[in-house]
Amino acid sequence: MNTLLLVVTIGGERVALRAAAVESVVELDTLIPVPRAAPHIAGLSALRSRVLTVVDCMRSLELGATDCSDGIREAAVVELDGHHYALIVDLVEDVVDAQSDPMPVRAAMEAGWARVSQGMIETEIGPLLLVDVAALVAGTEARAAA
Amino acid sequence: MDDLIADFVAECREMLEALGGEIVAWEAQPEDRARLDSIFRFVHTVKGNCGFFEFPRLEALSHAAEDALADVRAGRRAPDAALVNAVLAIIDRIAEMIAAIDAGEEMPAGDDSALIHALTAGAEGPAAPVVVAEGQGRATAAPRTIRLSIELLDRVMSTVSDMVLARNELARRLRESSTDVSVDGAFERLSAIIAEMRDAITRTRMQRIENLFVGLPRMVRDLSAELGKQVLVDVEGGDVELDREMIEMIRDPLTHIIRNAVDHGIETPADRLKAGKREIGLLSVSARQSGNQILIDIHDDGRGIDGKKLVDKAISNKLIDKEQAAQLSDRDRLALIFEAGLSTAKEVTSISGRGVGMDVVRSNVERIGGIVEVDSRPGEGTRMTLRVPLTLTIIPALTMSVGSQHFAIPRAAIEEIVRANGESVTLEHLGGAGVATIRGRRVPEVSLAEILCLESNVSEQDRTLIVLRPAGGDVYALSVDRIHDHEELVVKPAAPAVMATGIYAGTTLADDGSPILLFDPAGLAEVGGVRLEVQERAARIAENSAATASKATPVLLFHGLDGGRRALRLAIVDRIEEVPANAIRKTAGQVRVQLGDAILPLAGVAGADLGSEKVRLFRLNDGSHEIGYAFAEVVDFASIDNDVIHADRLGEVSGVSLINGEPAELLDAHWLFANYVGATAQAIEQLSCRIPGWDPWMQNMLRPLVEAAGYRVIDDAEEQEADVVIASIGEEFAEGEGEKTIWLRTEPEAASKRENSIYRYDRAGLLMALKSVAGRGQ
Repeated sequence: MNTLLLVVTIGGERVALRAAAVESVVELDTLIPVPRAAPHIAGLSALRSRVLTVVDCMRSLELGATDCSDGIREAAVVELDGHHYALIVDLVEDVVDAQSDPMPVRAAMEAGWARVSQGMIETEIGPLLLVDVAALVAGTEARAAA
Repeated sequence: MDDLIADFVAECREMLEALGGEIVAWEAQPEDRARLDSIFRFVHTVKGNCGFFEFPRLEALSHAAEDALADVRAGRRAPDAALVNAVLAIIDRIAEMIAAIDAGEEMPAGDDSALIHALTAGAEGPAAPVVVAEGQGRATAAPRTIRLSIELLDRVMSTVSDMVLARNELARRLRESSTDVSVDGAFERLSAIIAEMRDAITRTRMQRIENLFVGLPRMVRDLSAELGKQVLVDVEGGDVELDREMIEMIRDPLTHIIRNAVDHGIETPADRLKAGKREIGLLSVSARQSGNQILIDIHDDGRGIDGKKLVDKAISNKLIDKEQAAQLSDRDRLALIFEAGLSTAKEVTSISGRGVGMDVVRSNVERIGGIVEVDSRPGEGTRMTLRVPLTLTIIPALTMSVGSQHFAIPRAAIEEIVRANGESVTLEHLGGAGVATIRGRRVPEVSLAEILCLESNVSEQDRTLIVLRPAGGDVYALSVDRIHDHEELVVKPAAPAVMATGIYAGTTLADDGSPILLFDPAGLAEVGGVRLEVQERAARIAENSAATASKATPVLLFHGLDGGRRALRLAIVDRIEEVPANAIRKTAGQVRVQLGDAILPLAGVAGADLGSEKVRLFRLNDGSHEIGYAFAEVVDFASIDNDVIHADRLGEVSGVSLINGEPAELLDAHWLFANYVGATAQAIEQLSCRIPGWDPWMQNMLRPLVEAAGYRVIDDAEEQEADVVIASIGEEFAEGEGEKTIWLRTEPEAASKRENSIYRYDRAGLLMALKSVAGRGQ
């Protein structure tokens, strides 16, 4: 039950990621674009001599694009099927305990959020939307294919 | 108990694998005691363990086989074909059962009494029509090894790769900050240790290709028995080492080629006799290493491939039209067997022709960066050559850039690099599609900047064209802004979202720590809209007419071992080889280099120190002879646009010209061949060699070798005087005037230092001795 959650802000909205899925929080300085890749793939970066595939969460959620021109961005590093991804977020806030199991959100969400939602979860700072990391990484492509 | 069973299964597996070749060899020579013993040991071990584990059927089988073999060992019974077949059948059944135990399944149902009965003397059994070439006459000794899981090895390998990358990053950080000498020293040491470790761990992943070859004799035996053919298998070069992953990747293509050779290549005994051949077909499989490639030759002396039939079939299948067919060279015709949907077999047999064609073989080999080549003469046989890289994880690549972004492309796919504004290159646009004409050859051109939708600040004429030949396709030219460097890159698979673009093969980190994307040349072509299949044939048509138009001579610019800047006409350079310095020896007044089985005269080494490192050399070819030319490094491809100032004295250098703004010496290829090969080549025709006619070893084993070296072999009964005589140590005969004698000894070590003899299986030494006689003949 004692699930730790990483609280981040994406597109001005405060959401939670399962802390167990997040390897580390880093500041990205280099970003090498990947031409022709899906729009939510912001590029590649290197962390401790590993290649990170950088995912722009704003684009993945169809909320517009993160402005990467000003250099350093905060990102959460996750591992999925042996590949490392860095999820660009606006801000990494805190780590909190989950106080409930995820519950379905019964109101209608925006399309992007609905796709990545794993439900609502109670915490000491109020209810948060629990976001599925794999869905963020998959982006809009996966949904189109499904 | 489960652990014990697992150990038992593993042990049996290992023995079964080692036994594969032994059994067939034993069949060919049933009186071979060493092989009989190792088979006996196997059944004995199985029997002993089964009693303990309560596998009654296994026990009954192995017991029966042990009894029969014990009789043979005791001389109470002669091993005949029926016995061999019965023992083989039992070993097969044991293997099945062990596989079932391993998988935790029920024992395969079936009655073993028929198998056991077949062992009794006088029982009926089909005779097996296969003979195997004699291999080494000793049983393989069990090496001192431990068993490791492959996952563990892979994990170590990937950790070491990470370590190399981490070291690179540390190196960069150290360069940026000023550190004192002691830190640098310690880091250098660490670097060296890591490099050594990477080499070692790479080697642990290497396996002898024997693992792949060991099952071949058995497979061919079963196949030929099924088809009613007689096939002699000759396997060579099993000690060549290859990445484990690579071995798995070439297993299927190799098996397929061999099946094809036995099924379609080699004729039935009756047909062979009619064609004037020995009724036993010869299939030789050999592996050798050449630079960072492994070459696997599969050669049969069967009916060969009928190029005309292939063309007819291709026309009827609408792969090509008649006009194109007329333009095909012999080589192109044979290459048609790699096209999808072509099989010359009249009917589909159970062996091959099951829908898996040579096109699949080719694409499988090319997927791992390899090449398949075919050469065939109707009535004489077919030779297939697989060329595969040593390893998959470290790829030599070329880095280049578009705009401000760097990319890498595998070097294996690069055919050449030319400047878009070069003398022999023109760029045209037809309806928006780019066509580059490079020395009369029209190739489709695509701009990397356009494919990637990147801004390029280099005008089209100032770009560089990389001519690529991707796996499974024909050439195209990729225009890029700038070429940077050759690098050996540790390539990692990229994330699925990146691979989904279809144009990347993976990612890697450059020395400066930034990620670089590695292109997949075939994917680039596809995304760029290049149609790969039809291009080459059409392109050749333009070649003939356009060839005369280009005047500039393409040359290869390089630095010689003495540091001199030289140029060599591109057309005579066959390929570049790398050899260890000890393969270069001075014999018979000339420096020669050993390349595989060939010994070539070597130029370009005068006065240079070879050191103990590897030496790189050009292999030059004038159409009938080859020589080597050693060099330090290749600078560039270039063309001679300026005047050539001719040398006033005849020699290695014919003149000097400005190439790429700096003077370079032009090598005189004619002089090189005239001096290094001319005299020898002429001499070979007249040389004769006397070999004792009564010695079967000399006649059967040595004679082909001597003849292959260009000698005419004469018998000792003939009165004629020979240039060279080969004799065994201890043999007495009258040495003729002017005859040179090569003494052979049967022991690897010479009995005394004074004794000037060659070990009779020292092939290279023998060839060297023969060549040196040829050299003296001039």
